[in-house]
Amino acid sequence: MTVTTSSDANGNVSAATARASERAAEHAEAAQLQPVTFAKALNTALADALEASDDVVLFGEDIGTLGGVFRITDGLTDRFGEHRCFDTPLAESGIAGMAAGMAMNGMRPVIEMQFDAFAYPALEQIFSHIAKMHNRTRGGLKMPIVIRIPYAGGIGGVEHHCDSSESYYAHTPGLKVYAPATVADAYRMLREAIDSDDPVVFFEPKKLYWSKDRLDLDALRASYDDGAPASRSEGKAVIAREGSDATLVAYGPSVPTALAAAAAAAEEGRSIEVVDLRTIVPLDDATITASVRKTGRAVVVAETPGFASVASELVARIQERCFHSLAAPVLRVTGFDVPFPAPKLEEFFLPSVDRILDAVDELQWEG
Amino acid sequence: MGTPPIGADAREEDRAAYLDETARKFGISVEDYLLPTDGSIRILDETGALRPVGEQGTAPGHEYPLPEAGDLLEAYEALVVGRRVNDQNSALVRQGRMAVYPSSHGQEACQVAAALCLGADDWMFPTYRDSVAVMTKGIDPVETMTLFRGDWHGGYDPKKYKVGIQSTPLTTQLLHGVGVAHAAKLRGEDTVVLAMCGDGATSEGDFHEALNFAAVFKLPVVFFVQNNQYAISVPLAHQTAAPSLAHKAVGYGMAGERVDGNDLVALLAVLRRAVRLARDGHGPLLVEAHTYRMQAHTNADDATRYRQDAEVQEWLAKDPVTRMRAYLRSESVLDDAGEARIAEAAEAMATRLRDGLNEDVAPDPEDLFRYVFTEPTTQLQEQRARLVDELARDAATETEGTR
Repeated sequence: MTVTTSSDANGNVSAATARASERAAEHAEAAQLQPVTFAKALNTALADALEASDDVVLFGEDIGTLGGVFRITDGLTDRFGEHRCFDTPLAESGIAGMAAGMAMNGMRPVIEMQFDAFAYPALEQIFSHIAKMHNRTRGGLKMPIVIRIPYAGGIGGVEHHCDSSESYYAHTPGLKVYAPATVADAYRMLREAIDSDDPVVFFEPKKLYWSKDRLDLDALRASYDDGAPASRSEGKAVIAREGSDATLVAYGPSVPTALAAAAAAAEEGRSIEVVDLRTIVPLDDATITASVRKTGRAVVVAETPGFASVASELVARIQERCFHSLAAPVLRVTGFDVPFPAPKLEEFFLPSVDRILDAVDELQWEG
Repeated sequence: MGTPPIGADAREEDRAAYLDETARKFGISVEDYLLPTDGSIRILDETGALRPVGEQGTAPGHEYPLPEAGDLLEAYEALVVGRRVNDQNSALVRQGRMAVYPSSHGQEACQVAAALCLGADDWMFPTYRDSVAVMTKGIDPVETMTLFRGDWHGGYDPKKYKVGIQSTPLTTQLLHGVGVAHAAKLRGEDTVVLAMCGDGATSEGDFHEALNFAAVFKLPVVFFVQNNQYAISVPLAHQTAAPSLAHKAVGYGMAGERVDGNDLVALLAVLRRAVRLARDGHGPLLVEAHTYRMQAHTNADDATRYRQDAEVQEWLAKDPVTRMRAYLRSESVLDDAGEARIAEAAEAMATRLRDGLNEDVAPDPEDLFRYVFTEPTTQLQEQRARLVDELARDAATETEGTR
């Protein structure tokens, strides 16, 4: 037996909001706003967080003088000083463990793991300590730590540079898992992650770093600082595209692919809704459920190997909650259950528009 | 060879200058400052007699003043109480009042010195075997035992007492100590952190990362290794090929020192100096105490399978309690009245432990969900509601059954 809450109670960001942001984007274009990259939005969020509180401190490998291998921390050491944004020795467990200690002593560390698979030496610190400290001390110690992880494929990286590791973290109680997909969410969600009193594993889709969106970054910053809790992203999925025939559930790097598939499906006369989860933990069951109950069909899209993954969890939850509304089994389009492939094989591994459309076609359409 | 990055030369000079300055302060070479003395620092001999200064194992730059009599008497009291704590807790495990107790019987001098070398604002990061140190730092004994009795995976508020929770993964807490010290340094506070581990833990990766981070960032951390000779069943020779565990410090640019871990006088002298040096900005230090775990790893272990009785007897002759007692009696710091008072304090502690641990406290099942996040997620709220419902139905069934 499962319990569902109403979509409003869970703060569902409605299709109306999505339409409003579409209108804002049109307005932005009309106002000749400059395109902002995902990377710039993250960099701005880090700078604003450093500005907002002396407790925020950034560290990791090569994030100082170099500005990070993806330049997400570019200019922050110059602007805020080496005591606020600094390089550590090359040791991921050390970075995570030191962050735990700094959090115990009142700071809000934001650490960078250079690449997704490079974080594995730090897993003991993350799983056994950062995730459990609040629990083990019965609330006595908080772990307001953000673990930034450049993540997933699409950039042609060689081995260990492109894992989709979200399922490991999502499986670990005590960790929040964020995966933004848009430039505006990159800014907003990173600020939220830093302000969160719980540890957040913050997945930055590498292939989106240089994606752009025309938006008024200053207005976005001002709206974050106004601090309206209703606009919080945590646990609030968005309807990234409205549709009525089937739902694609996606997060992070898969959202643009799902949107492209929905656009292609529209040309074939199918109206596909796309749900962008934004945060995997906590999960917005209500928005997913409402969408699937409306459309009666669902495909979960994720880069993670599908076996025992976030994608499997999403499918299970949809079946549990929407069984009587479903016209077809819920399908998954995920990475294969293989180690992340070499650059020249990557295209065969990643969920593609075609693969998503094939899955949609399999959803037992009548006639 | 590429062009060195901007500022690399300056940083290299800075690194050398930092060590030079410290060595100059003691009028010795950098190598002599970093390397431990030839043998363990030992101020009392095995009978508890004060060794002549020239035979205490000190070297230029490594001299240790004798702690004051009042401090030694206070330490002896904590030592006797600590021994009683170990024996009482072992008995409580046998009586089924506790799930497990990793006893520090034989290592109490290390435990007591660790707690007594710190100031009120300093932090301690203990291991699971360091319950006596935790209690000596002033934490309620029953709260200290919460982890081992099985009520909760931690029993006291670390922030309130400035003591990290005892955890079972090895050496991970050293990095937490490094983080606490780093935060304090960034805020300009003069906090010192004492981070504790055992000999087996020095083989773990986090040991090296913690020492390296502390040295690179010049943090006020004293790493205190209680070398009790065995990592469960594996002896030190199988753990390391280094001349001593203290020698490991040198590779990180950190001073190391060896001390007799059953000599409370020497431990207090060496640890207090290390804390003072750390507070004065000389960066981290490593102190290795040479001691022995007289009992098994825990009650689940059979120590007779991996060590000889003769070896245990040899260490029994070096017992820290009898040694310290003999010294204080010979110096007339301790008399019969003092002994009676201390015995009473130890008994009071044992009673407190027995009373506290014999009390059955019913756990609250809803606690399962209470502290996962600062605010529960919808998923956790649903799961909690289901458990509450399940328990209510169970209770209703039981009530019906009794009718």
